[in-house]
Amino acid sequence: MTAVVPPSWTGRSLPRVEDPSILRGHGRYVADVAARDRCWYAKFVRSSIAAGRIVGITAPPGVRIYTAADLDGVGEIVASLARPDFVTTRQPILARDVVRFVGEPVAMVLAETEAEAEDALERVVVEIEPLPAVLSVADATADQARLVHDVDFPGDPNTVVDGRIHTPGFDEVFAAAAHRVSVQVGSARQSAMPLEARASHAAYDPATGRTTLHVTTQMPHVIRTGLADVLGIREDDLRVIAPDVGGGFGAKMALAREDVMVVHAARRLRRNIAWIETREENFMAAWHSREQVYDVEGAFTEDGDLLAVRADLRCDVGAYSCYPVTYGVEPLMAMAELTGPYAVREYSVRSRAVLSNKCPIAPYRGVSRPVQVLAMERLMDVAARRLDIDPVELRMRNLVHEFPHRIPSGLVLDNASHRQTLAAAADLADVADFRRRQRTARDEGRLLGIGFSSFAERTGYGTPAFAARSAPFELKPNAVADVITPGFERVVLAMDSSAGVTVRIGASPHGQGLRTALAQVISDELGVAPDEVRVIHSDTDATPYGWGSFASRAMVMAGGASLLAARELAGRLRTLASSRLGGLPGDIDLSDGEARHRETGESVPFFVLARDTYHSSHLIPDKGEPALEATATYDPSGTFANACHVAEVEVDPATGAVAVTRFLVAEDAGRLVNPAIVDGQIQGGVVQGIANALFEELIYDDRGVLVTTSLMDYLPPTLHEVPDIEIAHLETTSPQSVTGAKGVGEGGTIGAPAAIANAVSDALAHLGIDVNHLPATPHRLRTAIRSAQAAQAADISDRETAS
Amino acid sequence: MSQTVPIRLYVNGDRHDIEIEPRRTLADALRDDCGLTGTHLGCEHGVCGACTILVDGKPVRACLMFAVQAEGTSIRTVEGLAPDDQQLHPVQRAFWEKHGLQCGFCTPGFLMLVAGQLEEKPDTDEEEMRDVLSSNLCRCTGYQNILKASMAAAEEMSG
Repeated sequence: MTAVVPPSWTGRSLPRVEDPSILRGHGRYVADVAARDRCWYAKFVRSSIAAGRIVGITAPPGVRIYTAADLDGVGEIVASLARPDFVTTRQPILARDVVRFVGEPVAMVLAETEAEAEDALERVVVEIEPLPAVLSVADATADQARLVHDVDFPGDPNTVVDGRIHTPGFDEVFAAAAHRVSVQVGSARQSAMPLEARASHAAYDPATGRTTLHVTTQMPHVIRTGLADVLGIREDDLRVIAPDVGGGFGAKMALAREDVMVVHAARRLRRNIAWIETREENFMAAWHSREQVYDVEGAFTEDGDLLAVRADLRCDVGAYSCYPVTYGVEPLMAMAELTGPYAVREYSVRSRAVLSNKCPIAPYRGVSRPVQVLAMERLMDVAARRLDIDPVELRMRNLVHEFPHRIPSGLVLDNASHRQTLAAAADLADVADFRRRQRTARDEGRLLGIGFSSFAERTGYGTPAFAARSAPFELKPNAVADVITPGFERVVLAMDSSAGVTVRIGASPHGQGLRTALAQVISDELGVAPDEVRVIHSDTDATPYGWGSFASRAMVMAGGASLLAARELAGRLRTLASSRLGGLPGDIDLSDGEARHRETGESVPFFVLARDTYHSSHLIPDKGEPALEATATYDPSGTFANACHVAEVEVDPATGAVAVTRFLVAEDAGRLVNPAIVDGQIQGGVVQGIANALFEELIYDDRGVLVTTSLMDYLPPTLHEVPDIEIAHLETTSPQSVTGAKGVGEGGTIGAPAAIANAVSDALAHLGIDVNHLPATPHRLRTAIRSAQAAQAADISDRETAS
Repeated sequence: MSQTVPIRLYVNGDRHDIEIEPRRTLADALRDDCGLTGTHLGCEHGVCGACTILVDGKPVRACLMFAVQAEGTSIRTVEGLAPDDQQLHPVQRAFWEKHGLQCGFCTPGFLMLVAGQLEEKPDTDEEEMRDVLSSNLCRCTGYQNILKASMAAAEEMSG
């Protein structure tokens, strides 16, 4: 018989198994759990002052109120790293004595309905004596700066991370270089702004004494650990469930003080308590990100080889350290990954996290990489102009093309296609044709521009990568590590006695279609259809411990673990089948729910093998376990996806408005498990990148009051602002990912801001305008255009006067 | 503020006699009093459109309307879109086939927006559809597949 190669489920754009229930309105988000329950509602009294001392909190009789004074036995949130430059601060669950940002929870009120809780909120009076607020990195680090936390800062004031790398050959190479090109780039504060704001619902069960928390989170297991530690209880007293989650983007991977309060109150009052965050609260208090300014200087040879990079990176991290990843997340990632896909030999960097009296930061899609890529890609374009080299050629010259390649921070770039994605993007973009269109448009007074952005995105990294954020430390006997080191993912795959396949995963998807994609990977190994594989996730009672879904990791990590488990289970099925069909396990193929002997063609359904195992276990041939089960853990050191983005824009010189008229992505995230899902991730990511580049900005006034607290002030793009996004795929696999897939969740957001900044700068090059600080809002661009035009006019009139 | 009034709502063809405070929004009444939680609240100030439903066939932000204002109207929510348990509405099917949703939180609002538009004007062209879809926010998809799905549904419903 000729071997029949079964078709692969991997690689197909299967419609998602997640969708039908959502499409019918049967999705279940936290607020839906609360709506079906006669629970009480919590609301939070928040500070209206950026920095101050709490003088008094008063509430009329009848208002059920909790303040810090009612939190005996409740600890504080501490998120720390073991680094000599790391300064640890503590986050109380409700502000105690002092407030440190506008929106900080000061008290909680409870009522029987949400509306009554809002009424109660109005009746609480909080008196705060204002103190001078620290609102910028410059203020925070000045001599005699007011301290946001009263702790010891060994270095500059308010500086909680101060990382440095200086390669031995840097000074010599940098000093001797033919050209040194510097840029300063920056990003405004931004909000991940998931469409579902935060929410939690805690149900106390008097029968077991346990509390079940439904919470909109990306990492239910880790949140349970954090809650139990702060409340001083055992984790098994809690069950944490992330039901349908309405978007995360990083903003739902931090332990919320409000969630601690909800669980605490439910346990104390033995009642069900819900908290549904408003959009205003979400803007004020649900984690910000990206307020970063980078000074970067590149040393180039005459021919355009980038030899060395010097950088000073500053991140305004707000008032507290987010659990579990800490406020080191932005500066430490930036320090390690700044040079990206470029073959830079020497590197000197200082990277700081600085406290301020603003909302704390947490990860947001890409973390600091959108700003890193903005820095490197602006550097490339500015250098190209200075050295009179074509920007694509300058990139091509410097992109790493032999792998593995160790970059100066010590990270190793694995197999990737930096040059190929750039070439593919340039091909699609047809720059020569664009330049013709640009000239024609210029004659009509219209300003077109084009911009490129090449980048490497570290994805799918496990424990080794997170451990590297801390210095090696020695554990004392009997002491637990006070540093949290995320990493592995684990799955438990089982075939039940009806041959149904279920996989329980530690990862926690929230819109990525992971159930569908994992089912595709598993079904190929087991020879079943993907819709026969049930994926159970996001329930700490039902799934193995795992770190969750973030950092473009789930397909690499949970996908890798699923593949390994499926291979093991497939092996078991082959063993069982060979005892029924004869031959060796290696003679057995699995497909269509059957095990088939390759030579004889005889087959046995999985159902029979499953019944043999569970219901006639005395017949198990090798006296193996009466179970069809495989557990696998995957914990790789990490891989790099890569891409090149190209934006075409038109700038309206009268209004400063930018229209993105074309957007191209040539990307390489390894093997495509479900191409439609991959494209969806890229499209959504690019639009958040466009938002970063042009629209979204959280603005504090000079007293530290957030003034962008509604969707009338903070402006996510609608379809009207978004072009068609064209995507080309390359598929370079890496030994660092057992499935061949690399992460793809963040790339769109990482690359797009730089491509747009370069495109707008190209459109305005004749005016000498460089767009380095984002978002490039109409107001900013119009101001820059006006002053450039005025300067040119003055220049012309000067020259006329002179002649 | 605990004084309540009795009202009668007709939702997806079913009658709901409920007692509510006059200040209760239609969105809250649908979710909390009628048990129809498919209508989601993303901002409660009328921008995001997650709570879009059809009132007498027209798309409405359910967070900006009081429930008492909806008495005597015919309301449709996402739960009433599919003809039965076996079939989906053409707009639902198109969103599934074209991968028009990720986290799904905005999805009911988009479905109702598009269904309302296409039931009134099945031959909506792409330019007009872009305009209509710009009413609502989606944070996951970048809108690409929402547009594709909406046009696929338009093709089916006008054909």
